[in-house]
Amino acid sequence: MREVAVVSSAVHQVEALTFTTDVQLMVPLINEARSAIGLTQADIGFTCSGSSDFLAGQGFSFVQTLDAVGAYPPISESHVEMDGAFALYEAWVKLQIGEVDTALVYSYGKSSPGSRRDVLAIQLDPYTVAPLWPDAHAVAALQARLLLESGAVSAEGLAEIAVRSQHHAVGNPNALRASAEATVAGLLSEPVVADPLRASDLAAESDGGCVVVLAAGDRARSLCERPAWIRGIDHRIDAHALGVRDLTRAPSAALAAEKAGAGDDRLDLVELHGPTTSQEHILATELGLGADTVVNPSGGALAADTLMAAGLVRIAEAARRVSAGEADRALAHATSGPCLQQNLVCVMEGE
Amino acid sequence: MGGERTAVLGVGQTHYRSTRGDVSMAGLVREAAMRALADAGLDWSDIDAVVIGKAPDFFEGLMMPELYLADALGCVGKPILRVHTAGSVGGSTALVATSLIQGRIHRRVLTLGFEKQSESNATWALSLPQPFSVSINAGAGGYFSPIIRQYMARSGAPELVGCMVAFKDRQHALSNPYAHLRQHDLTFDQVVEAPMLWDPIRFSETCPSSDGACAMVLGDEAAGDASPRPVAWVHGTAMRSEANNFPGRDEVNPQASQDCAADLFRQAGISDPRREIDVVEMYVPFSWFEPMWLESLGFAERDRGWRMVEEGATRLDGGDLPVNCSGGVLSSNPIGASGMIRFAEASLQVRGMAGDHQVDGARMALGHAYGGGAQYFAMWVVGADKP
Amino acid sequence: MTETPIPDELPADQVAEGIPIDLPPRIRDVEPVRSVRTPIRLEYDFIPSAAAQQYLRAYASKRILGNRSPVDGAVFVPPRGVDPRNGVVADEMVDLVDSGHVGSFCVTHLPIPGRKDLPVPYVSAWIHLDGADIGFLGLVAGCAAADVRIGMRVRAVWKPDDELGATAENVLYWEPTGEPDVPVAESGNRAWALKQAAAGGGDGA
Repeated sequence: MREVAVVSSAVHQVEALTFTTDVQLMVPLINEARSAIGLTQADIGFTCSGSSDFLAGQGFSFVQTLDAVGAYPPISESHVEMDGAFALYEAWVKLQIGEVDTALVYSYGKSSPGSRRDVLAIQLDPYTVAPLWPDAHAVAALQARLLLESGAVSAEGLAEIAVRSQHHAVGNPNALRASAEATVAGLLSEPVVADPLRASDLAAESDGGCVVVLAAGDRARSLCERPAWIRGIDHRIDAHALGVRDLTRAPSAALAAEKAGAGDDRLDLVELHGPTTSQEHILATELGLGADTVVNPSGGALAADTLMAAGLVRIAEAARRVSAGEADRALAHATSGPCLQQNLVCVMEGE
Repeated sequence: MGGERTAVLGVGQTHYRSTRGDVSMAGLVREAAMRALADAGLDWSDIDAVVIGKAPDFFEGLMMPELYLADALGCVGKPILRVHTAGSVGGSTALVATSLIQGRIHRRVLTLGFEKQSESNATWALSLPQPFSVSINAGAGGYFSPIIRQYMARSGAPELVGCMVAFKDRQHALSNPYAHLRQHDLTFDQVVEAPMLWDPIRFSETCPSSDGACAMVLGDEAAGDASPRPVAWVHGTAMRSEANNFPGRDEVNPQASQDCAADLFRQAGISDPRREIDVVEMYVPFSWFEPMWLESLGFAERDRGWRMVEEGATRLDGGDLPVNCSGGVLSSNPIGASGMIRFAEASLQVRGMAGDHQVDGARMALGHAYGGGAQYFAMWVVGADKP
Repeated sequence: MTETPIPDELPADQVAEGIPIDLPPRIRDVEPVRSVRTPIRLEYDFIPSAAAQQYLRAYASKRILGNRSPVDGAVFVPPRGVDPRNGVVADEMVDLVDSGHVGSFCVTHLPIPGRKDLPVPYVSAWIHLDGADIGFLGLVAGCAAADVRIGMRVRAVWKPDDELGATAENVLYWEPTGEPDVPVAESGNRAWALKQAAAGGGDGA
């Protein structure tokens, strides 16, 4: 396996990008990530992005965003209609082949112009489930109900996850929901939004984008003092229909972690893409995290969840901390689909 | 081409129709996937990963269909990716799948492109106006027609060259059991006399809107060697994108197309494409793109591509560089699959398995796809022998 | 939207073999569902970018704004705030005249969904304004479709003053001015290379 590392990243998340188009959002972010390590687009061997037409309300919405990259002279470039974490996976694969040494990965999402919870209902089986319009909060609540009734966690346990997220998010400029004063009792006194989930159990929806630059071998060493080396990366998917699998589990997350070698050594920190406290709990269980592993030092997706970018943001947040020397070994996770149907795990190490 | 040698072990296609009302989306993709597995002599359990691609989800009203289709494609516990690069998506999807083999990540990958346009409304999905702009184009033809007019003016091509391409492709389709448009009694005069849609493009020179899926099973060198049937070996792959409107842009022969072809032929060790390529499957949704792409890809000199058409050089019967023996996009167009159909048909040719539209002795073939404002390009070269 | 008719079953030899499904006895004779019609309605509040807002506000006063690239002075219209060749911010606005020439065009014989106001056939053209270095799509009218040609000089026909607004619809169409054509070899995107050569031979990229 060829050594590939995250050498640069940039994140920007806010509650709503009012007068900013996708292009305007990505221009400074892409330039920031490239110029931080002295690269121009001419130095990039492969570019890959992730975004969603249904989120944007526009067909072929990613075409315009190419303006932010600078695509003349022509570039080698591709796009997935998935979270940017999967675009990063595609770029990592490209680097494995050995023909190029650098890759630019970006993804973005603006939920504010539409209704994200309704848009996500269109992911569901179009013949038998989507016509019922179960919105994303309701679907997550079904899973949370099953989780509580299984006894795996209590309402207090879920609130503890929310509290930890809000505490960690303090000082993160890309977090929407941060508070050093959050308490379990305080959060449990708030009304439920989608029983049994409260607002604090659901991710704070954000608009934003993320850019990550990958580089291979000595190229990475020349660009960055302490690259975050990707030691393993894998993704798996579970069955789609909500009634055919145990929603209190996420076997694809465990399998992806196993394939990525997550358990080979201790993890200093993990960034989990859990859009609800219940899902974060399930993921932590599936990954078998130890007590001394810091979970979501950024605040995680609960603090700010940019649809189509939240997974890539987890990778960026974990990589940044590895490069800064705050961690030697980190895991970043991304999810897609209802109730943690699809999961990606990326394990990174400093040298 | 770098990395592990990659082989096309199997190809599967659905019958392309304006409406496949007999199957759901799951049924549609399984039809192609199962045929590809059968062709490869493999089963679902032999597949390590799946890569699917399609055009905007508005065509079906289903967001991120890889989630719903995971079960249908035998994907539980496996990796699945979904590629979206506009019209070139079928091609770029095949290239992403190839990367997984080249990079030695997986040994056997199922790749599939599909569109079930009948489920939503294709014209509506293609005509969604950009906010704060006025909708002027009635479909893709309105966008490409001015480009074609530029080519005609620049090259001095006779007016009926486009009709010759359309007539040829529709005749070729009669030898392809999967093709959507099967116009048995079509005459050249009927092509010429068809109503103009976007002058200079007639109705008869326009691609249909189809439901359909196309799948391939790709494998590494060991899988290729072990295959019970002939395989196609990938000799080169390339993708290029460019901005779609900037000063000095040549929309007739985009730089991205030229760069993509140059990179592709360099990898495949091809210096004289006209002589070394035996058959071409190129993305021609409107007739005139055949002479335009012939020039851009280097098969003909600038402003001379139309002569190849006039001379019959691109015909299955008697041409020295047959183009779109399958009938091409002009005969079948499930948008998300069309690029992959080109790649798959090129593979069938060098495997000697193209049936009634086989080019005798074809050993090297080009598969080509493009999309967006003629700005995304994905291509591969496949051969009967290992590279 | 029109109803999509459900076709007859495909002949058996055209359908791939499936896995035989064993239905429970109580539903073996039930008529299968052939289709499900699901209306989908999603609402999006689009907000124009800063560049688009400036453009639309000026457009309401019959001013056409473009933006100039700081890299080589190329002028883009409508303004997008960025130079798409290199991703550099391009927010310097310039005023453009409302006349130019046709870079290319097509005559369309199909109605556009949602545009019943457009008589068919109509001419859509790439309009290259004087001073701009890319074209944009516009309608050409005020002459027979057969008279439209590459290089034809045109000017804007605006809506009456009391109907103008901050929308993209202020120019009804572009009409021929009757001035001599721009030579084809200098028209549309070909003008840029000539401009670069005259300026002292940059590579234009």
